[in-house]
Amino acid sequence: MSIVTPTRAAESPGPFWRRAHLTPYWLLAPAVVVTAVIVFLPMAQAVITSFYDLILFRPNASRFVGFGNYIKLFSDPVFWTALWNTVIWIGLTVPLQMGLGLVTAILLNREFPWRSVARALIIIPWALPSVVIALMWRWIYDPNTGVLNDLLIYLSVVQGAVPWLADPHLALYAVIATLTWQGFPFFAVMILAGLQGIPKSQYEAASLDGASSWRQFLHITLPGIMPVLATAGLLRVIWVANSMDVIFVMTGGGPGYSTHTLPLYAFIKARQNLDFGYGTAIAVTFTILLGSFVAVYLARTMREVEK
Amino acid sequence: MNKPSTLRRILTTDLPVALIVLFAMAPFAWMVLTSLTPSAQIASSGVSLSPAGWSLDNYWRLLGQTSFLTNMLHSLIIATGTMALGLVVAVTAAYSFSRFRFPGRRLLMLQFLLINMFPVVLLILPLFVLMRRFGLLDTHFALILANSTVAIPFAVWMLTSYVGAIPKSLDEAAMTDGCSRLTTLRRIVLPLMVPGIISTGIYIFITAWNEYLYALTLGGRNVRPVTVAIQTLIGEYQIEWGLLAAGAVVGALPATLLFLFVQRHLIGGMTQGAVKG
Repeated sequence: MSIVTPTRAAESPGPFWRRAHLTPYWLLAPAVVVTAVIVFLPMAQAVITSFYDLILFRPNASRFVGFGNYIKLFSDPVFWTALWNTVIWIGLTVPLQMGLGLVTAILLNREFPWRSVARALIIIPWALPSVVIALMWRWIYDPNTGVLNDLLIYLSVVQGAVPWLADPHLALYAVIATLTWQGFPFFAVMILAGLQGIPKSQYEAASLDGASSWRQFLHITLPGIMPVLATAGLLRVIWVANSMDVIFVMTGGGPGYSTHTLPLYAFIKARQNLDFGYGTAIAVTFTILLGSFVAVYLARTMREVEK
Repeated sequence: MNKPSTLRRILTTDLPVALIVLFAMAPFAWMVLTSLTPSAQIASSGVSLSPAGWSLDNYWRLLGQTSFLTNMLHSLIIATGTMALGLVVAVTAAYSFSRFRFPGRRLLMLQFLLINMFPVVLLILPLFVLMRRFGLLDTHFALILANSTVAIPFAVWMLTSYVGAIPKSLDEAAMTDGCSRLTTLRRIVLPLMVPGIISTGIYIFITAWNEYLYALTLGGRNVRPVTVAIQTLIGEYQIEWGLLAAGAVVGALPATLLFLFVQRHLIGGMTQGAVKG
């Protein structure tokens, strides 16, 4: 593809700043300046704050503690609980979303009369505000009047009402179920796009050779959607790790610390205890931990862009 | 001859799809049913499944006795403002990324992708501290800026791929005819970008409308968007599920309808990782 690169002298003689080779930078300037102010400045502020003992509304007591907050972190049992919860949170939610999304995509890739309607309806969970999702599921999980317990008791799956969100052993899994419900349409849509990119002729050739549909899935479908699965999976790991709004509204991190994930712990520390120094230190630590996934994802995407 | 295969299709495709659709829809459908059942009835006999027990009571209370319409207005201002700011800065940026090859291009593109991966929590705490210092808390402007942290990188990536799909030969022809770069962008490229701008704008609107954590932290008494308002419907002494459900349905409706409208155009941006899930 030819790229328009006008020679400088021909297009715009004149002072340095008006020269044509600066045009792309001028065009980018507004976006770069605004993001610098609203993203990179706060980020720098976050790193600085994390070195201070800063309780908001007691600004006079603020003092520099160096790595003090980070050292405190290592001996904080809640930090380790939250870290472990984050691992479970990502480790269960992402595979569950992906599995359900894969099944959905394969079904939606078949021919049936109401296909486009089904596709539009399945996406709905994804379009709802997270606060609505969280409150909706709290209502469904409600131990006294919630529909889930009614249903399960009616079907005799459980004997009595289960306090889904009040039981420290169940709460995290109940929230994971909600997030699986919220996120599977994303995978379904992405995988469906991948499936539609696989040439039909490959399946026809395989059928002629007598390959069973399971073998076709293993040797044609799966390799065909592998890149999509990898990209979507990585993206999802990053966003599921980051997302705390649903947990915050559903349980507020409780009961006890049983549904604290790292970002939620940082948020609650700052919001409820106004301990911004320590909260920010948790946030920075979490960002560094997440960084490796982000790096892999960025490397993949930039390779695509350069193609 | 044809019958067995239709039956087979219904069993292996239609039925499982119907189950998944039911799974995806049921919680929201339950919410709608809850909102249609008067609160007193929910407490005594549960959610009404038959139309005989339905009424718009909760909706009338929502619109008449709470400030929900004002909250909707706040959300509208914030979402529209975010959309405008995001699109204005992203259009020229996208044109630049798509049409020029210059030193630092890769790095700058990477930067916009990276921003989208930042944990909300890393930004929300310092934004609160900074906005408090500048007296911006509890203003529409604060929330527009906060939502732009997501909207700008997204818009830049989406629009870059849209501009990339517009043939460069059009630009070249215009410039041969003596148009300057900016005139070419305004007269030739911008009109062709309109569909892309509309779907990107709508998506920004939806995310800003649905956003909760920034609204909770940076908003306040004066500026309270719907997402925060819905939660305040919960009631002081006992949870008013009927009223809450009505608020949830009304609050979710604008974004959901818009979403159904643009979903097909978003897949390109999703595969590049620009769309938040």
